[in-house]
Amino acid sequence: MSAVAAPQASGYNFAYLDEQTKRMIRRAILKGIAIPGYQVPFASREMPMPYGWGTGGVQVTAAIIGPADVLKVIDQGSDDTTNAVSIRKFFAKTAGVATTTETKDATIIQTRHRIPERQLTEKQTIVFQVPIPEPLRFLEPRETETRKLHALADYGLMHVKLYEDISRHGHIATTYDYPVEVADRYVMNPSPTPKFDNPKMHMSPALQLFGAGREKRIYAVPPFTKVRSLDFEDHPFEVQRFDKPCALCAATNVYLDEVVLDDRGGRMFVCSDSDYCEERRADGHRGELSGEAPHLVGGAA
Amino acid sequence: MMAKLNDKPLLSARNLGKHYGQRLGCRDVNFDLYEGEVLAVVGESGSGKSTLLGLLATELSPTAGAVNYRMRDGETRNLFDLSEAERRFLLRTDWGFVRQDARDGLRMGVSAGGNVGERLMAVGGRHYGRIRDTASDWLNRVEIEPERIDDLPKSFSGGMRQRLQIARNLVTHPRLVFMDEPTSSLDVSVQARLLDLIRGLVSELGLAVIIVTHDLAVARLLSHRIMVMRQGRVIETGLTDQVLDDPREAYTQLLVSSVLAA
Ligand SMILES: Nc1ncnc2c1ncn2[C@@H]1O[C@H](COP(=O)(O)OP(=O)(O)OP(=O)(O)O)[C@@H](O)[C@H]1O
Ligand SMILES: [Mg+2]
Ligand SMILES: [Zn+2]
Repeated sequence: MSAVAAPQASGYNFAYLDEQTKRMIRRAILKGIAIPGYQVPFASREMPMPYGWGTGGVQVTAAIIGPADVLKVIDQGSDDTTNAVSIRKFFAKTAGVATTTETKDATIIQTRHRIPERQLTEKQTIVFQVPIPEPLRFLEPRETETRKLHALADYGLMHVKLYEDISRHGHIATTYDYPVEVADRYVMNPSPTPKFDNPKMHMSPALQLFGAGREKRIYAVPPFTKVRSLDFEDHPFEVQRFDKPCALCAATNVYLDEVVLDDRGGRMFVCSDSDYCEERRADGHRGELSGEAPHLVGGAA
Repeated sequence: MMAKLNDKPLLSARNLGKHYGQRLGCRDVNFDLYEGEVLAVVGESGSGKSTLLGLLATELSPTAGAVNYRMRDGETRNLFDLSEAERRFLLRTDWGFVRQDARDGLRMGVSAGGNVGERLMAVGGRHYGRIRDTASDWLNRVEIEPERIDDLPKSFSGGMRQRLQIARNLVTHPRLVFMDEPTSSLDVSVQARLLDLIRGLVSELGLAVIIVTHDLAVARLLSHRIMVMRQGRVIETGLTDQVLDDPREAYTQLLVSSVLAA
């Protein structure tokens, strides 16, 4: 984050939101940072986009962004989806900030679904778009009760949910939005990132902020904070594994997406983090199909 | 040492009362309950039975009096001085509460095993296999086939649901169980089986029970002592057989005779 701009005289405000609203959101963010994993209510504003488009994340970004920031927006690991493109354009227009698709150049990364493969740094802030912030919602619909359960760190219900998962599927079948315990205290939904990304949250040097627009909640994980995925002793937390490396850049230990190549059932698995994949290919890494289908993933092969 | 502990009551109500605004719920209730003892609370509709049970279980706050409870560590505390965290811990470790309507006492969207395992997980159980084994064992004890461990309570009969509630409550080996009309939603034949089961578990586990019922036959079958309530007050109390065979109060005589007539 860089210095905050003064309000502009044109009637439009820097980064869309008025300064008072931004101060209110920043107060919620600071409180969230002070109490890692705790959901802070905030007066979510109408944004010029529908709720499903990450209005919570957009408001958090708008409250922290300054003119010197460089913004990256990803959706499903890609910078090119409609959602990512429109949010990037929104900030380019309302804040005039530089945008990038390269993780290493970004100071703020707003995301839906992924945490970049490249290790984030102390200089970066990652902003998650959260649809459902309440991890206890599944078993306890009453808001008054979930608040009490958080206050008392009464999290047995989270394990009931995992128990049900195992009893139904033989293993913990939750693969997205896999609940975590933050700083040995609050249980939190990481937003619909794959559980593959959960370990990246643990002791991350980057500040992690979460915004839920419709549900009017903000929460945070400060840098270098313990983040533990819930599990059972005999069913320990595990990340997804992939049999093969990325077909384009040969990366292993990354999250892969399936890409259909033709209508005869041909398919390949490639990095879901398109920036990471491109960077590796630019560095000369080659996967087994890298010569064949560069057009499918765009960028420089 | 143990014997000495057990000489003291497990729970004592002292001048306990509750008004709902102007309306009387119950008042001036005094009694002691000892470990392993079953106390029935009887009386006509509106006499204050559920109010009293709600106070004892700390679900309602009193407008007068105290409930002293001997905690597992031997210390006696006024329940209304406990913190919310202490109260909740008590509720799911040392106590059980079997409701008239199973839908209030079970999680209908969670499997039988999950329902029974919930308390274990709430107090820190983190081994799936052991939680499941314990749940399966408890299903067996309440005469539910362990093969049904993954079924939802929705698919259970009324009697099975009540038995599942009992398993869910007893899994942490509570010392005290509250029951509010646990059998009254069931057919007579199903009631008899459930009462047998409760009676067996109570004596096997040495449970203290406070059971609210309007059915004197249930009180006679299960309880050692009985408290008769009317218009919010306890009007007669004593050993169940004595009170039912030789009631002193005219009101109790009426209650007993109406049962005999039925
Ligand atoms: N939430 C409430 N608000 C106001 N009055 C109440 C409330 N609950 C109970 N009462 C009143 O308190 C008195 C005792 O009610 P309570 O429910 O304890 O009786 P009960 O013996 O359990 O009756 P029943 O056999 O019908 O369940 C009644 O006059 C009742 O109307
Ligand atoms: Mg009642
Ligand atoms: Zn790749």
